[in-house]
Amino acid sequence: MSYISVIDLLDNARQSVREISVQQLRHALSDENPLLLVDIRELDEWQQGTVSGAVFIPRGNLEFNIEDEAFDRDTPIALMCAGGVRSIFAAKSLQDMGYTNVVSVAGGFDAWKNAGYPFETPQTLSAERRARYARHIIMPEVGEAGQIKLLNAKVLLIGAGGLGSPAAIYLAAAGVGTIGLVDFDVVDTSNLQRQIIHRLDAVGTPKVQSAAETIARLNPDVRVIGHQVQLTSQNALDIICDYDIVLNGSDNFPTRYLVNDACVLLGKPLVDASIFRFDGSVTVYDTAHGSPCYRCQYPDPPPPGEVPSCAEGGVLGVLPGIIGSLQAVEAIKLIVGIGSPLIGRSLQYDALEAEFREFRVRKNPHCPVCSDHPTVTELIDYQEFCGIPHIETEMPQPIG
Amino acid sequence: MATVRIPSPLRKYTDGQAKITIPGATVAEVMTNLITAYPGIESRIMDDGQIKRFINVFVNEDEIRTLNGAESTVSDSDEISIVPAMAGGK
Repeated sequence: MSYISVIDLLDNARQSVREISVQQLRHALSDENPLLLVDIRELDEWQQGTVSGAVFIPRGNLEFNIEDEAFDRDTPIALMCAGGVRSIFAAKSLQDMGYTNVVSVAGGFDAWKNAGYPFETPQTLSAERRARYARHIIMPEVGEAGQIKLLNAKVLLIGAGGLGSPAAIYLAAAGVGTIGLVDFDVVDTSNLQRQIIHRLDAVGTPKVQSAAETIARLNPDVRVIGHQVQLTSQNALDIICDYDIVLNGSDNFPTRYLVNDACVLLGKPLVDASIFRFDGSVTVYDTAHGSPCYRCQYPDPPPPGEVPSCAEGGVLGVLPGIIGSLQAVEAIKLIVGIGSPLIGRSLQYDALEAEFREFRVRKNPHCPVCSDHPTVTELIDYQEFCGIPHIETEMPQPIG
Repeated sequence: MATVRIPSPLRKYTDGQAKITIPGATVAEVMTNLITAYPGIESRIMDDGQIKRFINVFVNEDEIRTLNGAESTVSDSDEISIVPAMAGGK
């Protein structure tokens, strides 16, 4: 039986595969339109260090996954292994798939390192986490890099109630590493019709504690920070400044204006949502990137008593499940950096008609908070702003 | 003429209807005719003849403050949505 040795096979592949030096690679990466550098080594090699900006696709998955990174067969691609041999075979295989502009990095990552060029040690997931988040990681839009972003993210939920429950549960399941909960309330029997993070045996305990216990049972990767306080103009900036994204699930207008203004002042993205009876609404404000804010959409609060609360008017128990889950989706999109966020758009859900509709939200050029010439430059008295008379309350101490 | 979409909390004033076709060439005219047909809704959406400031009124996708206010014109194929601010979250 005739055979071809690996040397013959390599010589054969070299006939058709062009090689570039690490110097040429470095120049090509600093180019305005850099080529796609694919690190095709095994996971344990990649974990030791890789070239910044390189996409990691181990050799065994290359043919399966390359189209996620470059479907266009004319994309300039450089393949890099440790010593520059595996990458020649890999380049040959991509040529067979029709890629016309593939090169192999001569000397591979070892030559890059020996040349003294900078490299980074990628943050990677443990095998346990890779298994837990496998359905995320397998999607190229999220991938391991996106999952790491989720694990590093800090999201603050205003309210651990109707909207906060599904949002917290899904964000925790998704592996958002730090979840802050602001809620001064305790669990009440009437909450259980919709606030699915709380259980019957938690009635009477603080909501932040009950929610933290549910999350701990679901995903030990998540650190829960409970703020068992009423959010006020005195504490809002201190609490919010430690987080990347805020989800609003509060139940009153003063808090909604307070959270909005605090997020504008701190430049934090705010995923805002509200519910009443059978109707829900969700939108994203990100004024640090030119988006409108809550005050652009609702310049004036209603007079007190004019708009009933869910306690007064009721709310379908499933409704916050839909709307709070949409908030979680938007938060995840912002963290991972994918898709089109609900910025400048208000999504309205009418459960009775089974209809979703979308409205435009425009920036108010005279907005008192987020315009170029704001008149509100620090937090104000939001009870007064909403026309509510002052009631002195004793504040519980924060926990967690 | 335009189709007016009524939010669920106000449907008790419109015989339960979610969508009503109302004559009028501007938002103001449609609102006046809506109130004539369903007087109970007036105090929920109007203040001294003006649309309450915490209620967003859209012609199709656009809020009327970003158009020509209550004088924004409407045609037969347009949809006017009344969307009051909601605070609920718990």
